[in-house]
Amino acid sequence: MAEMFFTKEHEWVKVKEGIGAIGISDHAAHELGDITFVELPKIGKTVKQFEVLAAIESVKAASDIFSPLSGTVVKINQALEDAPEIVNESAEDAGWMVWIEITDESELKNLMTQEQYSDYLKTL
Amino acid sequence: MQLIYEQSVAGRRGVRLPVSDVPAATALPDNLLRREPAALAEVSELDLVRHFTNLSRRNYSLDTNFYPLGSCTMKYNAKALENAAGLFSSFHPMTALLPGGAEFCQGSLGLLYDLGQMLADITGMDEVTTQPLAGAHGEMTGILLIAAYHAAKGNKAKKKYVVVPDSSHGTNPASAAIAGYEVITVPTAPYGDMDIELFKKAMNDEVAAVMMTCPNTLGLFNPHIQEISDIAHGHDALMYYDGANLNAIMGKVKPGDVGFDVIHVNLHKTFGTPHGGGGPGAGPVGVKKALIPFLPQPRIVMDDDGQFLLEDHNPGSIGRTANFFGNFGVMAKAYAYIIMLGREGLIRVSEQAVLNANYIKERLKAYYDLPYDTTCMHECVFSAGKQLEHGVHAIDIAKFLIDKGYHPPTVYFPLIVKEAIMIEPTETESKATLDAFIEVMIEAALAAQTNPQQLLDAPLTTPVGRLDETKAAREQNVCCIG
Repeated sequence: MAEMFFTKEHEWVKVKEGIGAIGISDHAAHELGDITFVELPKIGKTVKQFEVLAAIESVKAASDIFSPLSGTVVKINQALEDAPEIVNESAEDAGWMVWIEITDESELKNLMTQEQYSDYLKTL
Repeated sequence: MQLIYEQSVAGRRGVRLPVSDVPAATALPDNLLRREPAALAEVSELDLVRHFTNLSRRNYSLDTNFYPLGSCTMKYNAKALENAAGLFSSFHPMTALLPGGAEFCQGSLGLLYDLGQMLADITGMDEVTTQPLAGAHGEMTGILLIAAYHAAKGNKAKKKYVVVPDSSHGTNPASAAIAGYEVITVPTAPYGDMDIELFKKAMNDEVAAVMMTCPNTLGLFNPHIQEISDIAHGHDALMYYDGANLNAIMGKVKPGDVGFDVIHVNLHKTFGTPHGGGGPGAGPVGVKKALIPFLPQPRIVMDDDGQFLLEDHNPGSIGRTANFFGNFGVMAKAYAYIIMLGREGLIRVSEQAVLNANYIKERLKAYYDLPYDTTCMHECVFSAGKQLEHGVHAIDIAKFLIDKGYHPPTVYFPLIVKEAIMIEPTETESKATLDAFIEVMIEAALAAQTNPQQLLDAPLTTPVGRLDETKAAREQNVCCIG
């Protein structure tokens, strides 16, 4: 299984063969409460690291999703359009949002490992 | 309660028209005729009156109960203001715009001109446009004015960013983004104001504007505001004042005196006009002298003889932002509000609003977490953190309050406070009203410890119980009946 990296804004990315799968952490999904809408980018959109990639609405708030890495969107999780609750049920697996073709894998150094992220959550 | 359609009985009528004894007009073309009769409810006049009267009794309003909705300043709308607006109701809005028409509506134009002058005086600005139709529309207008200012200096391409604190109203970054700017968000420091060091780092010569709400959405007045203005001006960035919380500082601080260049005022928050049900709003925008050339047109100006004229040949103007001069009825109410209270009255409004909020804050802070424990302005922000330990969220406390006959405070805003409960009592409430509300809030806090299920089940006394907000948001099914 590919290793996961996390941002301080609670996004994750799993990297495999130049492609990064992106979603939000279980912690973030829990904090947001029931998610009611996920606004996904168009395929072909390019983003820089930590730029806005998507948006998510819950019963509590609307939030931006920031891209953990720079890249170009190659696939989006269409299932979320009709069933955003998948993000609540499985934020770090079936609730993935976007695949990007990664521009620069060295940007991973700006992200946290699973262990570092767990420690980070304890400080919040 | 039945829908009016469910009360319908075929053939029943409220009014029976006599048989027409005049010849029918020329028939409409066939393609314009309805194929089937309209599916209207068939009820008697009394059925109809009872239905809507009973519905109206389920309304909750300031005229019936306390309404402590934070950040929205649900202020009492004095009945005299309705009368003031009514005085102008027979006037045709086109009059002033017809050639030579201004001559026939000097009173109306004078009211708008004087209101602009009074708002300029209160906010420390040089001129005000009354055109914008709501607070967010005012923000958009204000940011367009700022963009026009930079463009006129040849800096259109250079100025790319707008800086906002993370405690801001969501409309601030939205207005900046729609005007084409990228938004830089500055975090809030532990003391509850924008982190001044991070702000300094965020600033550079490419910043077009800094948008601030002061006091901010935590109800705190930023003591560094002058320093922030000076830093912004050092980069030729303009200071934008979101007037949502102006109710806290009227007559005490003029935003223009501490470096703000552009301001929008929500007349329905500060000047006693109604919050429409999405209905008519007003978000007049004030500016400093340097931005007057860009104001929307037509501008109302006064000539040497004291006559009000319309000036509409200013090439730098961003153009019209609304039909006519904005929502005139709202202006008439705000004008009457300011005249009725006068300078001393407006100062008392702010003092009383701040006193009331601090009273609630002090009496409730033993029962609810207070993330920023300091003197607040016109509103205070608690967190339901303590109650969360018993499985009770802010939303459950809100629902419990409904059961007790209160409109809940704002919950889950500002976003930077977990389980936020934001209370804004406003100036018109008596100590007895505040005490009664405080007792219910204490009851909710105690119930969270002893009987949390009572909160989770609330409300039980309303026509409908706890609504499934998630289902409503996920499975939207909006349709017309009939």
